[in-house]
Amino acid sequence: MDKFTTLTGIAAPMPLVNIDTDMIIPKQFLKTIQRSGLGKNLFDEMRYTQDGAEIPDFVLNQPAYRQAEIIVAGDNFGCGSSREHAPWALLDFGIRCVISTSFADIFFNNCFKNGILPIVLPQEAVDVLMEDARKGENARMTVDLVAQTVTTSDGQSFAFEVDSHRKHCLLNGLDDIGLTLEKAAAIDSFEAQTKALRPWA
Amino acid sequence: MTAPRTLYDKIWDDHVVHQAEDGTCLLYIDRHLVHEVTSPQAFEGLRMTGRKVRAPEKTIAVPDHNVPTTLDRANAATMTEDSRIQVEALDKNARDFGVNYYPVSDVRQGIVHIVGPEQGWTLPGMTVVCGDSHTATHGAFGSLAHGIGTSEVEHVLATQTLIQKKSKNMKVEITGSLRPGVTAKDITLSVIGETGTAGGTGYVIEYCGQAIRELSMEGRMTVCNMAIEGGARAGLIAPDEKTFAYCMGRPHAPKGAAWEAAVSYWKTLFTDEGAHFDKVVTIRGEDIAPVVTWGTSPEDVLPITGTVPAASDFTGGKVEAAQRSLDYMGLTPGMKLTDIKIDTVFIGSCTNGRIEDLRAAAAILKGKKVAPGMRAMVVPGSGLVRAQAEEEGLAQIFIDAGFEWRLAGCSMCLAMNPDQLQPGERCAATSNRNFEGRQGRGGRTHLMSPGMAAAAAITGHLTDVRELMAETV
Repeated sequence: MDKFTTLTGIAAPMPLVNIDTDMIIPKQFLKTIQRSGLGKNLFDEMRYTQDGAEIPDFVLNQPAYRQAEIIVAGDNFGCGSSREHAPWALLDFGIRCVISTSFADIFFNNCFKNGILPIVLPQEAVDVLMEDARKGENARMTVDLVAQTVTTSDGQSFAFEVDSHRKHCLLNGLDDIGLTLEKAAAIDSFEAQTKALRPWA
Repeated sequence: MTAPRTLYDKIWDDHVVHQAEDGTCLLYIDRHLVHEVTSPQAFEGLRMTGRKVRAPEKTIAVPDHNVPTTLDRANAATMTEDSRIQVEALDKNARDFGVNYYPVSDVRQGIVHIVGPEQGWTLPGMTVVCGDSHTATHGAFGSLAHGIGTSEVEHVLATQTLIQKKSKNMKVEITGSLRPGVTAKDITLSVIGETGTAGGTGYVIEYCGQAIRELSMEGRMTVCNMAIEGGARAGLIAPDEKTFAYCMGRPHAPKGAAWEAAVSYWKTLFTDEGAHFDKVVTIRGEDIAPVVTWGTSPEDVLPITGTVPAASDFTGGKVEAAQRSLDYMGLTPGMKLTDIKIDTVFIGSCTNGRIEDLRAAAAILKGKKVAPGMRAMVVPGSGLVRAQAEEEGLAQIFIDAGFEWRLAGCSMCLAMNPDQLQPGERCAATSNRNFEGRQGRGGRTHLMSPGMAAAAAITGHLTDVRELMAETV
């Protein structure tokens, strides 16, 4: 997993609420057995017509946002399925950070496993960031995970919360499985103990 | 004396392997269910790092999302190449890593969330995970069950644990009894209509109250299944005699003295008097009507007696979303829901693909025919549900009414197999999501109970099932 420390980049505004995982990556692209290559199908049915032509109005098709690395989104982003293909597609497109007032639980978890930082901020802050994102490619937003701040192109700064364990893993690009396997002895003893208490489990 | 605890608190406490200072826990996982879509990258990760599956005996794999449900599916040509590759990858991974496996050819194959309980893998008080959001289904047994992403699938395969922070406790109480024609599906949709799709975010829901107690295990699974649609990590129902009766004698349920020991533990799994809930929602069972969804979010729920809303009926970001839904669904504000014509009916899915669901639909369809031009299909949730429905004569009722009688799988719930809607087609579905494109690009989905879907199949438009029930009495 790539580290995440600071990021300065173009932010794309997507104010629609309840952007679901079927919008982010429709099911026909879940048939892959790899993690990579999904970026071209990110938001596929919003981004392309049935015959594959780009829909010019869609934000990521607009020249100003084709290189976006941040999405500022409406409430409840990522609701729906557990498909990790959603963050894989975002990452493959080049998105490293999504900012919203709330995220669906599984999507939120999945982001951290892939080096994407989901940031929850109050409505007022998201409104300001949405306006900043609307300014297009000359407005670069800065996300600083170390300092836990998002700063608009004109210097307005918002502090955000992030779980300390997840922050540590993102900053260092750490693999959870390796960390957990260091606790193998604790897992062994838990298993031995429950085998006696709940032998049917 | 310990402080009163919720059911969720108790299951959580019994599964903590390690707790860090910041509250991050390593939680032990009792059952790991696996299907073909969200697991190949996880098994590949194990291979690349030389890791094994830590507890293959607690890991259960079954292909369900991609598999064709037509009767000719034994012929590999019925699958697209990419689907076939995924199913073959699961075959190989299950064999190489030695996990429990129900291949397509096995009569026990079916939707992972129907197979788990049916085979007795899911038991009260367990932690159950799967790379699928509808894992919440298993909460009906008083087990802590939720969906995970593929990285977490790999984590559970390798370590039999998950890194978790505890959620908050939410209580959803349905008081009193349901009225005739109102089902578990109407409960769960009505709750989401009330709380919104983000109303449960950050919580584990415990469903309780007389109306929940009065539901069968099948109905309880329907309720918990859609906890995720309300944003919750999981939904739970405390186990009771109905739960024990359902589990007893299932292939992987304990037997003899182990059964007795299990039941006495399971009887401790309830929320203590005075335990704290961070959020409480109460709905009167009598107030719940048969409902349908009109829009493209599961929160877009209305009683079937209602009319299509206008975007201006909403506030905030929902105004734009509602307008987008109305445009996508091709609906005009103010029209009666019962005037919405449909051309497709899908009965099945992990939400409503169990025997009780097929009985409810067949009771409405008996002696009737689907409307002219209607494409209607029943996809049983498992091979065993299908066999039982055939034995009970339900299959013949469906066939006589003009339904296709399919083999088990996820099918048109998410349209990863050949069962899809064409642009503009409108479906009465017993599944769980009405998102844009969910059942096929441009397809329009109205969610409802099996009885309501059967009623719509007969009349050709959304219909109040109670009107047809009156006819059959």
